[in-house]
Amino acid sequence: MIKVMTGKAWKFGNDVDTDQIIPSQYLLLPNVEEMKQYTFEPLDKDFASTVCPGDIIVGGENFGSGSSREQAPLVLKALGISGVVAKSFARIFFRNAINIGLPVVICKEVYDSVEQQDTLEIDVQKGTIKNITKDKNFASTKLPAHVMDILEAGGLIDFLNQK
Amino acid sequence: MGMTIGEKILAMASGKEVVRPGEIITAKVDLCMSNDGTTHLNIDIFENQLHAEKVFDPEKVIFIVDHNVPSESAKTAQVHKKMRIFAQKHNIPFYEGTGVCHQIMIEDFIVPGQLVIAADSHTCSYGGLGAFGTGVGCTDFTSVMNTGEIWLMVPESLKFVIEGNFKPGVYARDLILKIIGDIGANGANYKIMEFGGSAVKNFTIDDRVVLCNMAVEAGAKSGLVEPDEIAIEYVESRGRKAKHLYKSDEDAVYENTYHYNLDELEPMIAIPHCVDDVVPVTQIGEVKIDQGFIGSCNNGRIEELRAAAQILQGKKINPYVKLLISPASKAVYLQALAEGLIDIFVECGAMVLNPNCSVCWGSCQGVIGEGETLISTGTRNFKGRAGHPNSSIYLASAATVAASALTGKITDPRGQVL
Repeated sequence: MIKVMTGKAWKFGNDVDTDQIIPSQYLLLPNVEEMKQYTFEPLDKDFASTVCPGDIIVGGENFGSGSSREQAPLVLKALGISGVVAKSFARIFFRNAINIGLPVVICKEVYDSVEQQDTLEIDVQKGTIKNITKDKNFASTKLPAHVMDILEAGGLIDFLNQK
Repeated sequence: MGMTIGEKILAMASGKEVVRPGEIITAKVDLCMSNDGTTHLNIDIFENQLHAEKVFDPEKVIFIVDHNVPSESAKTAQVHKKMRIFAQKHNIPFYEGTGVCHQIMIEDFIVPGQLVIAADSHTCSYGGLGAFGTGVGCTDFTSVMNTGEIWLMVPESLKFVIEGNFKPGVYARDLILKIIGDIGANGANYKIMEFGGSAVKNFTIDDRVVLCNMAVEAGAKSGLVEPDEIAIEYVESRGRKAKHLYKSDEDAVYENTYHYNLDELEPMIAIPHCVDDVVPVTQIGEVKIDQGFIGSCNNGRIEELRAAAQILQGKKINPYVKLLISPASKAVYLQALAEGLIDIFVECGAMVLNPNCSVCWGSCQGVIGEGETLISTGTRNFKGRAGHPNSSIYLASAATVAASALTGKITDPRGQVL
């Protein structure tokens, strides 16, 4: 079972590419712990120092476009982000997030209701999103069963090791 | 109901007669490749999380150091060393500093009909030879490296029918920028972009790769061109044979079909900070530049270098502009040397760099500073992609970059080419 996520929203726009999530010059640092302090540096240099474990990223269309760098979902997870909800995701970011056990949720409608730091509650299993601050409820797209299995296992490696 | 080229390759790779969009398959891969952008993490996952001991087939796993080469720091050198040791231990093909990974793959490994997975988004380039290439992250890659298999969802296909002929000064690069501008940065999200029509039948492999390489900039899973005599000649001249020469069926289903006429195409340019913000160069107004870059997996091959050399021959670049040129591979570099192109570049004041991702990767060479403007043949113009977050990147053809380096401002190359 994937836990219900509750956290504050960090809202971004359309076409947030993976260079914005973690710029190239930090990708060859030895590990994700060293990289995570630079998360979203081009868009908000204070992000990494102010985000709290459990917080939720809210994106517009095409979230995570561009480079295939898995470091992008990895730094989000390392900072304690509990999940990402967006109107749509770029393909590789979506796969990478699932593969490392970071829940990604597609929902067209919730975006406009969200202001920075609103509290959201996401239930991936049920496919529901609640904006607690605004007291509004939304439905998210259900993930295919195979994808859900990987996410429930905690990511692809755990999924493969369990097989 | 027929199938597209992409569907046929995925059906073959998953041992099925027929696959349909939306279906999830487990496919066997023909090759997998990883570069120094992420391989240090792949190795950690392989050894410490999967506890794997062997790669699935040492002849089908390729490591290429091309992103930060030569290394710019001790930490990067350590990453390269880690790759080198792993490659030696597992006896897999290893390249370091001899080209951009996708160009090396196309020159040395790719044949029509393959399914190729690589830990880099521009893996879609291999469609230029009629192979299905798609990019993945570390975890997917590491799993493939271990098992030789991957789960994939069969994508929908979009068809792009290209007719007519390029006018002088207009190139495949302008065409793909135009297409991405039209359909948007997620206009092909999760789909296959299949390029065909009478014009593409006459395209060289270089031009076909230019189209397929940037399919990912429209969100596509892969780009594909039907393999033909030109593709067969390319691989056979390098001692390889096609695996399968798939063609799309007459009654294959496309989600959408788009038509382009090259006779109407003019030089195009993507303006900061999105690849789909594309306008004709004639509409750009006066934009001063600080640096030009010719290279990358999209546009650093011999034909692009020839186009640039034609404009730069016998001239000097603007004294306040830097022009950096990185041939896409050792083979391209040697060809450019043999044709005298490197002499032209050095004489005109350009800096000729070793084959690598270079300025397009924005972390190793030719990084730009605050407030600077770059015009590039690279793949992306994202905010900060080439250096400082407050800098600007324009994407254009090698000819447009060369013409702009001479004047110091963004310049239409027509009139400067024969």
